[in-house]
Amino acid sequence: MAGPDRDRLSWYEASARQRLDALLDPGSFTEALGPAERRMSPHLPLFDLPRAFDDGIVVGAGVLDGKAVFVAAQEGRFMGGAFGEVHGAKLVGLLRAAVAAKPAAVLLLLDTGGVRLQEANAGETAIAEAMRAIVEARAAGVPVVGLIGGRAGCFGGGGLIAGTCSRLAVSEGGRISVSGPEVIETNKGAEEFDSRDRALVWRTMGGKHRRLIGGADAFCADTVAAFREAALRLIADAPAFDLDTLVAEQDRLQARLDRFGDCRDATDIWARLGVNDPDAVPAMDTPAFEETVAHLREATHDAR
Amino acid sequence: MESLTFRHTTKTPLAGSKPQAITGVVASGNLEILLERVLPPDTCEVAIETPVSGYGQVWEAVVADFVARAQPGGLRISINDGGARPDTVSLRLLQGARLMEA
Repeated sequence: MAGPDRDRLSWYEASARQRLDALLDPGSFTEALGPAERRMSPHLPLFDLPRAFDDGIVVGAGVLDGKAVFVAAQEGRFMGGAFGEVHGAKLVGLLRAAVAAKPAAVLLLLDTGGVRLQEANAGETAIAEAMRAIVEARAAGVPVVGLIGGRAGCFGGGGLIAGTCSRLAVSEGGRISVSGPEVIETNKGAEEFDSRDRALVWRTMGGKHRRLIGGADAFCADTVAAFREAALRLIADAPAFDLDTLVAEQDRLQARLDRFGDCRDATDIWARLGVNDPDAVPAMDTPAFEETVAHLREATHDAR
Repeated sequence: MESLTFRHTTKTPLAGSKPQAITGVVASGNLEILLERVLPPDTCEVAIETPVSGYGQVWEAVVADFVARAQPGGLRISINDGGARPDTVSLRLLQGARLMEA
């Protein structure tokens, strides 16, 4: 793929391999446990389900604008990007290797519905191990930056993993949450959360809301170039992983709960944040939205 | 799951020297194809894993057509199928061969 085509490639539409290929410096990616090694799920055949040669995640090392980085990219179209045993082990292995190798950052191209139900115990364990491995990488001085803009969003255990990253970049199409819309509706009823109300889903879990409340640290147009630029910026300003940062994060979350805990809708939160016309937020283009974010205090912080 | 393997003799080896390529995703109506240049230059093997049973003759015809068109000598081709239609399979195979020629 040539330069301008790489840059303009839609993050949302691209596969995990296309994203990595276009994001990193040309020809710099070296995959670990690639498809030819056929490390596939030992569980899916029991359910008569097809496997993927890479178990839905591509991991390895590459170069981002001259900086050595480790990368993991989930394929959101294979089983919704969900974590299974091998899938999770590849991510955990990469993060542990980063502690020793000390790359400039680990980039997590998250695109996941959470844990694969067919191998749920292994998947849940993998989520816990990945969160611990992220913390260990950060403690060793390696920033872990999440990039979220795929069709599966970032849900379930993926949402927990996102919460442990140093910094997050999200696009409008990227959604971040733990319980997904259908899960909330099933457990609490359509009056609590109507999963078919797409506008409600987007303004509750979508990238704009996450950016406005400081849940994500950068908002990207849906292009590889925008995610590359955001990744470089977030690597540069990733916070130290120390007691001050953790205390600041606890304070930030407590203040958010105190200030917005009684809001019934995301638009209530945006109004209280000081957005002039909350109802206009969903239709804003990227420059107008960034202009809005620039005037808000909560959106930028040195916690996490 | 149904496993199918087809072995063909080709007139020529596939052009290029790329050792390996992968294309496609295991998703509904799609498939992934892993191509490896590991066989003798006049041989092509296609191994398929599909959750949809009973379509062996269709696979056989699609693979035979691909081998006749692309002459993919030297390739071992492995497929994880997600229920792709024959036309999708055919396009993916040709796309994979093109990647190996690069």
